[in-house]
Amino acid sequence: MKAFAQLVDALSATTKTNEKIAALEHYFLVADDKDKVWVIALFSGRRPKRTISSTLLKDWCSEFCSIPLWLLNECYHTAGDLSETIALLVEASNTTIGIPQEHPLHFYIEQFVSLEKATEEEKKNFMLRGWAQLESTTEKFVFNKLLSGSFRIGVSQQLMVNALAKVSGAAPSVVAHRISGKWNPATISFNELLSDENNVADISKPYPFYLAYPLEDAVDTLGSIDDWQVEWKWDGIRGQVIKRNNNLFVWSRGEELMTDKFPEYSLFQDALPNGTVLDGEIIVADGATPLPFALMQTRIGRKNISKKIMEDSPVSFFAYDILEYEGVDCRNIPLQQRRQQLEQIVAAAATDKMQLSPLIQCANWNELAILRQQSREHYAEGFMLKRKNSMYQTGRKRGDWWKWKIEPLTIDAVMIYAQKGSGRRSNLYTDYTFAVRDADKLVPFTKAYSGLTDKEFAQVDAFVKRNAIEKFGPVRTVKPELVFEIAFEGIAASKRHKSGVALRFPRMSRWRQDKKADEINTLDDLKKMLEVYGK
Amino acid sequence: MDKAIITHGHSDHARAGSKKYLCHALTKPILQLRLGEGDYETTEWDETHFIDGVKVSLHPAGHIIGSSQVRVEYKGDVWVFSGDYKTEDDGISGAYEPVKCNTFITESTFGLPIYKWKPQQQIYAAIQNWVLQNKQEDKTSVLFAYSLGKAQRVLDALKDITDTVYVHGAIFNMQQVMDALGYKFVQVKRITPETTKQELKNAIVIAPPSADGTPWMKKLTPYRGGICSGWMQVRGNQRRRNADKGFALSDHCDWDGLLNSVKATGAEKVFVTHGFQAVFSKYLNEKGIAAEEVKTQYGNDEEDTATENKIELL
Repeated sequence: MKAFAQLVDALSATTKTNEKIAALEHYFLVADDKDKVWVIALFSGRRPKRTISSTLLKDWCSEFCSIPLWLLNECYHTAGDLSETIALLVEASNTTIGIPQEHPLHFYIEQFVSLEKATEEEKKNFMLRGWAQLESTTEKFVFNKLLSGSFRIGVSQQLMVNALAKVSGAAPSVVAHRISGKWNPATISFNELLSDENNVADISKPYPFYLAYPLEDAVDTLGSIDDWQVEWKWDGIRGQVIKRNNNLFVWSRGEELMTDKFPEYSLFQDALPNGTVLDGEIIVADGATPLPFALMQTRIGRKNISKKIMEDSPVSFFAYDILEYEGVDCRNIPLQQRRQQLEQIVAAAATDKMQLSPLIQCANWNELAILRQQSREHYAEGFMLKRKNSMYQTGRKRGDWWKWKIEPLTIDAVMIYAQKGSGRRSNLYTDYTFAVRDADKLVPFTKAYSGLTDKEFAQVDAFVKRNAIEKFGPVRTVKPELVFEIAFEGIAASKRHKSGVALRFPRMSRWRQDKKADEINTLDDLKKMLEVYGK
Repeated sequence: MDKAIITHGHSDHARAGSKKYLCHALTKPILQLRLGEGDYETTEWDETHFIDGVKVSLHPAGHIIGSSQVRVEYKGDVWVFSGDYKTEDDGISGAYEPVKCNTFITESTFGLPIYKWKPQQQIYAAIQNWVLQNKQEDKTSVLFAYSLGKAQRVLDALKDITDTVYVHGAIFNMQQVMDALGYKFVQVKRITPETTKQELKNAIVIAPPSADGTPWMKKLTPYRGGICSGWMQVRGNQRRRNADKGFALSDHCDWDGLLNSVKATGAEKVFVTHGFQAVFSKYLNEKGIAAEEVKTQYGNDEEDTATENKIELL
């Protein structure tokens, strides 16, 4: 565990990308083979199944450190991370029992996995032994973290890919491909994971997605519109459909295998030729006609997709790119030619569940700008602009692909509750609940966490600390005084929310220091927006 | 105020505008630098003064140089105000002594059990190692420390590994006062527009936290930045400040320090001021010590960059 703790310390001891890569590179050169695989898994979000609840952890820590649970909770709200809170409390309690012991990272992970069927007493003993035997705060922290959450320590997947590329000598895009998809860190070796052999063996593997940046300059700076392929920017789930060896796989952009979530797509298994990988949007739609995104939310969390769900919220696949054609990686062929291959594949599939994302033809950028105003009517968020001769790249890149989104919807609301954030926002009130006015009442309708500068957050934090009603617990009720403009991408009816609406991607677009709380929007305004945009 | 008793020179505890001041002898030159000339009466620790029949004395608080607790006694009722304080003897600020009293007014800046400081020696060693490591990698070390208090401790920590430390003007001015008081650690050189990039190469620099991220830092590249503050105990705060390194070096009590002090005073009643006053007073009540929170204008002397900026102008 020491080596891993050292890596975590080294990664947090620098803000420079190169130094982080160097720290990872060093680790991948010297660490235990099994540990390396687990580190790749952990840093790419592949946490082993949780076997001990946070409630139990809190109880045991409270007992171990002889502090009341309420005090532990106050510490947690301030530190913003339970693993760290427990590590600090255990370290402070000075109750080291026995001699420090060193085991490799995979030892602890395997133990945690094997605890799944253990009794509560056995679980407790294991945790307490870990707390007593691990030496530094960081070791205790990572020990807890193995159970309780993702490692947010400023290491992006890309950064790790770059380090692995240096260690293995393979190109970063090749490494990204190899570590994507489904693999079991408990059984695969470091060399297997990074070798070609394994790559061939695993037929389900998706390609890393090519992502676009928002267009920053005026659209006419892109040159002639004739050099660009224009499509609607669909408001669905980005997905990859893979047909290899007579098997079908559906991947989301978050590298989650979602084949089972979309039984509708099973007919692609016969409709697509082997050796085909398509990039496109998973959209709730009646054939070629998109439906509101809110319908997607009704089926996305479900384990079992019933017939009723498929009738109420049917999905189509809007294909816009092809990454593998006749079993060959075709990402380096210009987009214009890929499009021809794609059109041929989609036509041959001949099912209304498989749609071609249509190309938008406009004579010039002005015409396109006018058409863009109608995006919402098409259930789109604007346009995707793709250079016709562009290759399919890896990750988010500037230059060849841009998203040209429409302006968000906005509403002015007042802050009524605040909660402390986590991670780099620990001990700062940064998570807010907002309300609109309904006659003389305030009705909460959304939460928002982002959109303010650090300086603004510090000012709001000071306001909350001065004006809070409660003194304990995570939530503070504040005087309804601060007004913010809330921007959002969509609005839908919701039975779960008091206000009757649910917003899509809400965030604070502006702090309206010029407005007083009695000048905010009303629940009626919100309902009118639902009427216009939510149907 | 007609008469103000000053515990120490931090801006949230020492304001201009009173007719007369009483403070520890070591605090006077600090007040002169920060508040300008005034009617400053000085005292040593444990020296008795009478003000309107009330017996007043100052006692070491261990927070920064000159920092004091205030003890007042009237008709046998003794109250002690801690000011800011720390229980560990840092070797320069005077060793904190608990003072027996009926009523104790304590700060609670770090009043949560997650705040437990490592021994000073260990933190100093970590700072030294970090600086030496940076040197080896051809990087300038920039330590961010509040100009009054923390900066002196950092200089103290560095004296074993260097003769010269480059400093920001705010720290230089304060060190002039400290030099005059006899607290000379190493030679400090003020960074001026004339200081060359060559001179600063691989150097050790101390700057106030407010300098972080300003154009003033430009000349120091390539450098690594380390923040010296109790808040660095929590990783998220380190990340928020975008520091390469955080050293949890504090001039305040940690949780155990607060608890032990409260117990050592033997007070029947405790008032808790700035920091985690709600939490700390609730805990004391659960432990059978009657406690209540008090709202004051103290606090944020380390984190409040607005305050620090004002000081830069002086």
